[in-house]
Amino acid sequence: MIDRLPGEASQPLARAAIYACLVGTAMYFLAPLLVMALTSVKSMDEIRDGNLLSLPLEPTLAAWAKAWAKMRGFFWNSLLLVVPAVAISTAIGSFNGYVLTKWRFRGSETLFGMLLVGCFIPFQAILLPMARALGQFGLAGTTAGLVAVHVIYGLAFTTLFFRNFYMGLPDELIKAARIDGAGFFTIFWRIVLPLSPPIVVVCVIWQFTQIWNDFLFGVAYSSGESQPITVALNNLVNTSTGVKEYNVDMAAALLAALPTLIVYVLAGKYFVKGLTAGAVKG
Amino acid sequence: MSRHENLDIDTVPEYAENSVDTQTKAAFAARPAWAYRLETWLPRLVVAPTFLCSLIFVYGFILWTGWLSLTKSRLLPRNDWAGLVQYQKLFASERWWVACQNLLIFGGLFIAICLILGVLIAVLLDQRIRLEGTLRTIYLYPMALSFIVTGTAWKWMLTPGLGLEKLMRDWGWQTFTFDWLIDPDMAIYTIVIAGVWQSTGFVVALFLAGLRGIDDAIIKAARVDGAGPWRIYLRIVIPSLRPVFFSTFMILGHIAVKSFDLVMALTGGGPGYATDLPATYMYTYSFTRGQIGLGSASAMVMLGGVLAVVVPYLYSELGRKRHD
Repeated sequence: MIDRLPGEASQPLARAAIYACLVGTAMYFLAPLLVMALTSVKSMDEIRDGNLLSLPLEPTLAAWAKAWAKMRGFFWNSLLLVVPAVAISTAIGSFNGYVLTKWRFRGSETLFGMLLVGCFIPFQAILLPMARALGQFGLAGTTAGLVAVHVIYGLAFTTLFFRNFYMGLPDELIKAARIDGAGFFTIFWRIVLPLSPPIVVVCVIWQFTQIWNDFLFGVAYSSGESQPITVALNNLVNTSTGVKEYNVDMAAALLAALPTLIVYVLAGKYFVKGLTAGAVKG
Repeated sequence: MSRHENLDIDTVPEYAENSVDTQTKAAFAARPAWAYRLETWLPRLVVAPTFLCSLIFVYGFILWTGWLSLTKSRLLPRNDWAGLVQYQKLFASERWWVACQNLLIFGGLFIAICLILGVLIAVLLDQRIRLEGTLRTIYLYPMALSFIVTGTAWKWMLTPGLGLEKLMRDWGWQTFTFDWLIDPDMAIYTIVIAGVWQSTGFVVALFLAGLRGIDDAIIKAARVDGAGPWRIYLRIVIPSLRPVFFSTFMILGHIAVKSFDLVMALTGGGPGYATDLPATYMYTYSFTRGQIGLGSASAMVMLGGVLAVVVPYLYSELGRKRHD
């Protein structure tokens, strides 16, 4: 990294101002998470007496227990939805990327362009027909149906990821393997796939975050017991009956946020890569 | 990446069987003819399901939605031709125009604030900051959260009487009031606040990557010429990031148009329908009010709006990559 600003070391005041700005904004970004955590370990009495940032006098996990009891089933729903949807869409995406870069055929670029448009359409434009189609196939309100929907509309992204990555693999590698008599699948398994872990991680993290956090498909195509956690959380928070239990709401929200947060903390580098790749290229 | 693309275009006849050169063909000659033919068709077979899915579930379904918008469908899809009646209804609906106006307010402010804040933070972070990694992690983590979680958190913090209001009063500002969440005129701005909180880190990440990609030689040259830090940033660095500005603008605009979950979690479109966006309008009429025809019409208008912006962008992007 190169000095951008000349003489910065000799301007301690300016340096201090820069740090103050950065730390200040960092606190602004952290505040909601802190408030959620604090609220979730207070009792309702303490919430009414204190304020957002007052420390809990008697920290309790009662709200967490209650939230877990309410959300447990939906948490598993989301997990059961995410695992197959991510695995299938990633696997198909890698095959597609392989074909679109190393086995191009007449019109393959046009087809890819056609597929890419799927990344951009507002899903409202396909929401109603898909509801109808799911009903027709007996998949309405099922996790299997939701998996199918996420796979179908995730393919454009996963294909994009793998295509852009495989574009960087030298074609000579493939040609040499073909001269040696390796076929389509052999080359994929023995040469291309072993080189793919970086992009697989990026793709899995991207898809995991997208599908875990999805609300639109979840609310439109699931019902009652099969709802994913985002839909259940929204129902919990926005029901008008009974006394509002803000501590339980916050504990439930943190439960819904935990899986993606953990992934982000553990693999932040890949998360950022996915964001920029999915965004800049698409 | 572009090197290989050039290679394809310049040296290999594009439609030769999978860009096989003579050498490889000689190798194939040793294999049975059926294997050769299989290798020709296999790639197409592998990608066929995806393109078929895209054709049916994206393009076909869009046509289907278009058809529904031209029918009298209400609770159930029906095939009675209605012409443009649903569109007339849509454009005569005050609620639809409120939703469009909200999208302009929300989208405009959301994009502008995210961009300004994000660029500022990125520039500051680029000054050899000691805890850069940690700070970056903090700025970006909201992006990993669902908009439903974000909405839930901000709804609680903005609750009049208990949230921010109480905090400021406890801290000694006795007359502080903040009731935007229940004020029909101001509620849309709470969506902006939460949206900015969630997406600014993304802008920081994109611009930081852009800043790091700038050729330092240019900056050094400018410094030799006696340009001060402000001039260097305003005249050289920021202008050279124009492509990043452009794509960030597209992404944020895209998030704004698709914003559905944030509104649902934070305000539910209320008070009344004061914070409706086209996305929540479409959902409400299609799924809870049993007006499928009208919902479809609103979806088609949304699609038209998005495509009008995205298609030229995609076209220029793909074109530029090809000629790089």
